[in-house]
Order: sequence, then structure tokens, then C-alpha cells
Amino acid sequence: MEHTSLLERILRGVALTLVVIFFMFPIVWIFMMSFQTNETILRIPPQLIFEPTLANYTALITGKLMTAAGTLDIAFMRNLWNSVFLSVTSVAVSLLLGVPAAYAFARHKFRGSEDIAFTLLSFKFAPALLVLLPLTLYFQKLGLANTYIGLIWVYQLICLPLILWIVRGYFEDIPADIEYAYRIGGHSWFATFRKIALPLAGPGIAAAGLLAFIFAWNNFVFALVLASADKQPVTVGALAFITSSGIQYGQISAAIVLSITPTLALALYAQRYLVEGLSLGAVKG
Amino acid sequence: MTAATIQRNRPSGFRISKRVLPYVLSLPALLVCIGILIPFLTSVVYSFQRYRLSQPWARQVNWGDNYISFFTDPKFWNTLKVSLLYAGTTVVLELLLGLAIALLLQKRSTLNNFISIMLLMPLMTAPALAALMWKLMTNPGFGVLSYLASLIGLQDFRWASSPSTALFTVVLVDIWVYTPFIMILLLAGLRSLPTQPFEAAALDGVPRSFVFFRITLPMLTPYILTATLFRLLDSIQQFDIIYAMTQGGPGDTLTVFQVEAYLNFFQSTNVGRSAALMIILWAITYFLSNIFIKNWLRLRERARGQA
Repeated sequence: MEHTSLLERILRGVALTLVVIFFMFPIVWIFMMSFQTNETILRIPPQLIFEPTLANYTALITGKLMTAAGTLDIAFMRNLWNSVFLSVTSVAVSLLLGVPAAYAFARHKFRGSEDIAFTLLSFKFAPALLVLLPLTLYFQKLGLANTYIGLIWVYQLICLPLILWIVRGYFEDIPADIEYAYRIGGHSWFATFRKIALPLAGPGIAAAGLLAFIFAWNNFVFALVLASADKQPVTVGALAFITSSGIQYGQISAAIVLSITPTLALALYAQRYLVEGLSLGAVKG
Repeated sequence: MTAATIQRNRPSGFRISKRVLPYVLSLPALLVCIGILIPFLTSVVYSFQRYRLSQPWARQVNWGDNYISFFTDPKFWNTLKVSLLYAGTTVVLELLLGLAIALLLQKRSTLNNFISIMLLMPLMTAPALAALMWKLMTNPGFGVLSYLASLIGLQDFRWASSPSTALFTVVLVDIWVYTPFIMILLLAGLRSLPTQPFEAAALDGVPRSFVFFRITLPMLTPYILTATLFRLLDSIQQFDIIYAMTQGGPGDTLTVFQVEAYLNFFQSTNVGRSAALMIILWAITYFLSNIFIKNWLRLRERARGQA
């Protein structure tokens, strides 16, 4: 059935090449910039060949930034740590809360369960600032403003609906008969949950966790509104960094590279789960 | 019946009645979310108040004034216009481009799979950071894209810093980040289509444009709808890319709903107007998400039926 002409094959090849260039170029270019000194970056026309330097990364890691005006302290490593801490903790809390709830929604059709599940899902689609702006005023009163606990709580808005809906789908795919059989064998519901349901839904839980981590890591607006400098993750930190560091473009690029590497690595590692997770399990390929 | 058997055979120890159990399991998750429902209701209340953080003494209920004033407020109409324009342009372009790429990659081969994985990378980049990357590339001083623009005769192309090209620039970043999303959804859809109709059409020598418009496209429609609504919901609420790129500027060129609400809250400290803007945006997304969820559930059932 392969009746593709040479011309068509060439056109397809050209189109694909253009697609790859468009989507890959920015990442490659920023990666290259992160190994350049300001001097080579500012050269016109832009250089493809240059002597790579690790100075930008060492400046970020040691927290000392050399600028024309003198040394500048930067806390980018702090931002990176905040991102790691906030994302990991939020996902852990979300799994702890979300997996049992997902199990309840999948196995027990109790009164109002669909309504509650939908309400939780609708959080994913509501404008973030609708909730965030009043929350800043509440957080100030409650003393939660600019605390990790407050941020982790709000991050549940991103992680929980995702985990709930993906994991629920996986629990629903486990035939209820397997669980009944185990329970008739004289085991409690908790043993059944732990020994049968959890292991069978394991891949789904892992996928949901990974995806929630990526979304938490990439979030911008929550921390922009609720955190000040010492609690900000990389997404917000990098923006502040651009305005404060003047013209140290190499360091900015290095900061961006460090900030996007974890999610890109995770995405490549878990790519086969991503399709399902991104569509909330709507498309099972 | 099975349930009754289980009740009788239950071993001794930790007992929770079967009726209460689901509530116990889902309660913690619900409590966390109820804490989030409260600010939502607060937003509704604020939207009916004259409330400025800078003038707390003048705070009072003004009923619908915040909403009524929108009718005569050119800034509001600008916000609505820019938001719809942004959402419309990004979704249409991403849909066309995503569909085209999915069709190019449809055949399973090592190269195609490798490319489709590579294309996930922009999607996994935080949109705020993606905006910063493009900001560096479009810098008038050294940006590689500014240089390339000058090569094709666009001297002094000012990207996001000129009102005439700012929308184009942020739409471009949005396309870069989110086209892969549509692409992978449609690719999954394309690859899950039954092969018989296509084989039959090939045997009968049906022209390929006919196959595409009469077979592929109709069968792909549920996937296209899901992807479109998903993106539309996200795009009309876009904040990260626009804020990181231009903070709504230059001037009020890009003050979409969430950016305008943010600026109203933190710069002009007009909580009432900010809340009213968010309620209107919420109404739009609620309407869209209801359509979306219905369509998505249908697709989910279908996918489940096939599996």
C-alpha cells in the first residue's frame, strides 16, 4: 500500500525537519547560550562555534555573580531547592489524600460521589486567580502567607484533581471480582486495598504522581502571588533573576537550563504515561 | 449479594461499616478542597463590593456596580477582546499545526516515535520559563531571532516590546509550548482508529483527499473536540506566558483576564473590580468546561468499550 512518490517523501521530510527545528531550536539555543560568556553572546551575528565555559554554572552554584558593578549575591540554588521541596512534598501529600479517595470513588458509588468527583475536577478548570487573590488576604490573617505549608496546601489544587481522576480510572479498570474473591477468603477491606488494589493500580499511581510533579514544578502563578523571594520556586525566581541581574545573559540561560532539566528528564523517562495522563485518561492508546 | 457474604465473613479487628467507608476515604481530600471553596465564595462577595486595599474605610457593598461599570469601561472591552483573540488564535493555529504534525507522524516507525517524544519537550517546559527563553531569543541587542528577522529584511522588528507585534509574539510562544499537546492527543487518536475503512478505501482507489475529509476527519472528531476544548479552557485563562513576557504590556496591549485581574489587585489594589473580572472569566470557563466534561466522558466510555 506504499504508493508514496519521491516528491511526496521529500516534502514530508522537509516538513518534518522544519517542525523539529521549530520545536527544538529554542531549547538547543538556550543550552548553548548557557555555556557562553556575555562577550560571545553579544557578538553579531550570533556564533555557532565558541569556546564553552562553565563559568555561568559555577556562578549559579556558588551563588556569587560577577557583574560590571561588582559581585552580586544570588539565591538561585535556593529557588531550585524550593522547587524540589514544594513539588515533592505536594505530590506526596496529594497521593496520600488522593489515592484513598480515588479508590472510594471507583469502588463505592455512594450518594453524591459523582458530584463530588466533578467538583474536584472543576477545580482544574477554574481560573487560578479567582481563588488565589482572596487567599492572599486570608493567608495574611492566618499567618500562612509565605510559608511552605500554605504553598503545599494550595499546590493541592494542581495535584489532587489530577491524581484523583487518573488513579480513579486505573482502579475502575481492576475487575471488582478479584477483590471480592480476596475478601471472601477472609481478608479485611484494608488488606484487600493494600495487597490487591494498590499493586494493580501501581503503574497508574506512578504515572499520576510523575505528571503531578511536572505540573507542580512548572507552576508559576501560585508562588508568584503567595511566596516572597526565599520561598519562591525556579519559575518565579528566574523571572526576578532576569530583572535583577542586568545583562548576565549566560547566567540567565544557565538558570533556565537548570530549571527545565528535571521536568524534561522526567518527561522523557515517563513519556508513555504522558499521553494518558495529559488527557486525564480520555485517550487510551 | 456478594456484599452480604463479605459482611458475614469479615475477620475480627479494625471495622468500619461499609456505608461509612467511602466517606472516610474521601474525607481528607474533600476537607483540603473545602478550604479552597471558601476563597471562591469570598471572591463572589468581593465582586459585589467597592473594595480597594488602599482605601479600606470606603469598603461597602455596591451590588452590581463593578459589573455594570464594565459595560462602559473600554479597558474591560479591551480585556475581553484580547482574551478572546488570544484564545481563538492560539487554539485554531495549534489545532491546524498539531493535526498536520500528527498526520506526518502517523506511521509507526522508530524515527517518527523518536520525533514525537522529542516534541514533548516544549510541553514539559514551564510556560513561564518558555516565555523567558523566547524573551532572550528576541532581545533586540543579541537575540538570535531578532538577527534572523533582520536577515529577511525586518530591520528593527521589536517582537513583544511593540504593541503591533506583542500579540503575535506571545501567540508564537503559546504555539511553541502547546502544539505538542494537541499533536500527541491527535496522534494517539489517529493510531487507535480501526484500519479496515482505510484498507477498503485504498483497495477501491478512493482519492486521498476524500479519505481524509470523509473518513479520517469524522472519526477523529471526538479527539479533536476534546483537545480543542481542553486548550480553549487553558488558553482563555493564560497568565504565565503573557505575564512573564510583557506583564500585560506594552501599555494595555495584552491585558487578558487573569493578567488584568492580577494588575488590578496588586497595582491599583482594586479588589472589587479584580474579583468581578475573575467571576466573569469563571462563568466563561464553567460554560466551556461543562461542554468539555460531557464530551470527555463520552470519549472515555468509548475508549473503555474498545479496550
